[in-house]
Amino acid sequence: MKKLIKVMFLLVLLAMTFSLASCGGSGKPTLKVFNWADYIDESVYKAFEKEYGIRVIYDTFTTNEDMYAKVVSGNADYDVLFPSDYMIKRLINEDRLAKLDFSNIPNYKYIDEKFKDLDFDPNNEYSVPYMWGTLGILYNKEMVDEPVTSWDILWDAKYSKNIFMYASQRDAIGVALKRLGYSLNSRNEAELEQAKQSLIEQKPLVLAYVGDDVKDKMVAEEAALAVVYSGDAIYSMWENENLAYVVPEEGTNLWFDSMVVPKNSKHKKEAELFINWLCDPENALKNTLYIGYSTPNSAAYDMLPDEVKNDKSAYPDDDILEKCEVFDDVSDVLDIYNRIWDEIMTAN
Amino acid sequence: MRFLRKSYVFLIFLFLYAPIIILIIYSFNASKSRGHWTGFTLQWYRELFKDSQIMTSLYYTVTIALLASLIATIVGTAASIGIFNMKKIKREIMLNINYIPVLNPDIVTGISLMLLFSSIKIPLGFTSLLLAHITFNIPYVVLSVMPKLKQMNKHLYEAALDLGATPFYAFKKVILPEIMPGVITGFLLALTLSFDDFVISFFTTGNGVSNLSITVESMARRGISPKLNALSTIMFVSVLLLLIIVNIRTSKDDTERRPKNEKTYQGNVFVSPTSHDI
Amino acid sequence: MKQYRWLAYPYAVWMMIFIVVPLLLVLFFSVTAKTPDGSMVLTLENFKKFWEPMYISVLIRSVLLAVYSTVICLVLGYPLALILAGKDFKRKNVLVMLAVIPMWMNFLLRTYSWMTLLEKNGTINAFFGTLERLAATYLNMELTLPRVNILYTESAVILGMVYNFLPFMILPIYSVVSKLDRSLIEAAQDLGGNNLVVFKRVIFPLSLPGVLSGITMVFMPAVTTFVISRLLGGAQFMLIGNLIERQFLFSGDWGFGSALSIILLLLILLSMGFMSRYEQENGGGGLW
Repeated sequence: MKKLIKVMFLLVLLAMTFSLASCGGSGKPTLKVFNWADYIDESVYKAFEKEYGIRVIYDTFTTNEDMYAKVVSGNADYDVLFPSDYMIKRLINEDRLAKLDFSNIPNYKYIDEKFKDLDFDPNNEYSVPYMWGTLGILYNKEMVDEPVTSWDILWDAKYSKNIFMYASQRDAIGVALKRLGYSLNSRNEAELEQAKQSLIEQKPLVLAYVGDDVKDKMVAEEAALAVVYSGDAIYSMWENENLAYVVPEEGTNLWFDSMVVPKNSKHKKEAELFINWLCDPENALKNTLYIGYSTPNSAAYDMLPDEVKNDKSAYPDDDILEKCEVFDDVSDVLDIYNRIWDEIMTAN
Repeated sequence: MRFLRKSYVFLIFLFLYAPIIILIIYSFNASKSRGHWTGFTLQWYRELFKDSQIMTSLYYTVTIALLASLIATIVGTAASIGIFNMKKIKREIMLNINYIPVLNPDIVTGISLMLLFSSIKIPLGFTSLLLAHITFNIPYVVLSVMPKLKQMNKHLYEAALDLGATPFYAFKKVILPEIMPGVITGFLLALTLSFDDFVISFFTTGNGVSNLSITVESMARRGISPKLNALSTIMFVSVLLLLIIVNIRTSKDDTERRPKNEKTYQGNVFVSPTSHDI
Repeated sequence: MKQYRWLAYPYAVWMMIFIVVPLLLVLFFSVTAKTPDGSMVLTLENFKKFWEPMYISVLIRSVLLAVYSTVICLVLGYPLALILAGKDFKRKNVLVMLAVIPMWMNFLLRTYSWMTLLEKNGTINAFFGTLERLAATYLNMELTLPRVNILYTESAVILGMVYNFLPFMILPIYSVVSKLDRSLIEAAQDLGGNNLVVFKRVIFPLSLPGVLSGITMVFMPAVTTFVISRLLGGAQFMLIGNLIERQFLFSGDWGFGSALSIILLLLILLSMGFMSRYEQENGGGGLW
């Protein structure tokens, strides 16, 4: 018994020395990065740490709202964030972002002109695009024999309990709005009510509302159809060749995840250095090949293998892109969106 | 009848262990996706040790669990002795408040602590996580030490004083040995709770500090990786080894020191995390 | 020993800061609202918001699912506890240890593992498929086994709860039953009671304290879980835990989230109060 106690105390002492060593430690500057889960090739930021002697504290989130809640709670002081379009707009509107000094980000020149002057940051002051993509339908060619062209197929009773919906309020409501021919960014209560009704009507057909694990589930052929982001679709198609991805003809969501620096960041210089590092063509290439999403970096795009470059799922033609809409910040009517989602999720 | 019983026990244990067996088997599966066996590999174990995210969170989990349970054990044991000697009303109040974190749903505890940290501007991270863990650990220490104090013969301590022992000496030689089993149970209970906690940690950490459960949750959201299977296999084997060692030790200790028929204390084996972690 | 009272003071301070104040904060947020100009006003709006069929139905579903799982845990766990406590098994201690070990593993990993087992192309169905094929080739038999199809249903959520909480039912019952005075049972048998009578009149009443704490230890976490319903239920069955999580991590409606927390807390306290009254009438015991 005595020995046992001694061993325990030894363990605790060990833990304390460890924690002291890691807290006190080197006087290296640190950079706190808050990115989507599984959204970077780890070697890229490890190389950044080596190159500049800056310690990167890397933390991840799973939804924009999750990130927003953490950032505004006042409990976190991140230096680089990776929010999507509408969330960037919200952060800008609420005056939470710092204007970037682009002279520190020379690699910005590699960003394709197509991805500059976007609505959420019209003068390119706050954000640098990191990845982009679309929202569409991933389906299994063995289980779906008709051509998939429209969102309507997700309401087809033939595929009852064979459909995965994306468990994201904004995306699911967006799909319903698009199907009904409305804007993704509708603020009209009647339109939103219709979208709600149609999602409630769809609920019995849905197998499950899932998150990012939809990739694995589609690869394992658990369902015939799923609403997914293009990058996840591409990843799944690498793993299972029965899968195909389509952007429905009614149009869809075109989205951008960009890098921004919060206003209260104490390491803005290092943050810009980091952003510049990720815009380096070699690094951008590594990241896009690792995660499967489309890169806005034209130099990295040129270096891609041909089969990726010509993959219409990742880099769709302009006529498809024209039908797409970018999410706008709807925080003024967020209560309605929240309420609708509660009603759908609690419906029987 | 005997056969019936045995098969019943077997079925229940099959139910309890099926998911664990699956985890272990798939940790050696060469294919990345589930459900298909394509060959034996140790690749996931190698990758596991290279994964800095998992390794960092493992480090935080162990550090937090050890620190929190040690502090909780010290504070909690002291508190139990203090509470035990209080007047009835005060004692009741203390014990009832002590019960709150035990009864409180984890999600409410987590949220209330999050609200506290954000209103007194403690940044979420190592410190907040440690404070939260100590907070939910202490009550279990108190609850394990209290019964031992009640069982103790009060006159022993007074006798020691009468025989000329200083209060400190008497404390060390009389009280402490009596309550030690409770203290150790409390420590182990705190350690386990802390090691496996998800919900409270989920709400009280941030800024790059995450424990194993949180990392597992966020990684698994992107589809469960075989690396996590490898991790759970290692955890399972270490828990198994630890329990076996502890059990051998206790039974040895007990046979050395106690007469055979006396009931040995039922500490270690039955220390179990409460249902509080889900 | 009175001079040791001061030893409790550090913990008393700790309690104030980390237990009492946080709860008061939750209470505070639940009864206040921010007006557009930024000041705080007292309001019952958050509680009123809950008083709506859709949110009430969430509460009812949470309670029902928790009750189902508790009952199933009791039905499955009680016999096991009795068997373990009985004399038949030589390696009793090992078995009890085996019942505890799963709880030491990360519960998320175990729950994910159930998904692998239950999926349409999951391990169980694959196993049945293999059996059918083996029967066809070696026994020349047309074997049709049923397929498991319960993932993303309420049954899967209940299964997840039962799986995760079953040990909490087994252990308290086991520890009460194994401490029962053997001579009582023998006396009852000597007096001519058959096994059923002995069980009904002696063992069961004496095991009640263990049953009660088992029920509490299963019901409490089952009613508040938010992970099991999300994973195994495919997010289709919103439970009160999910609703609370959503308010804090998604909608940012701290007021409503706090009100829900208070309601949940009251629910737990009520059922605990009910249980402890019952327990006192029956002679106490249990958890520790």
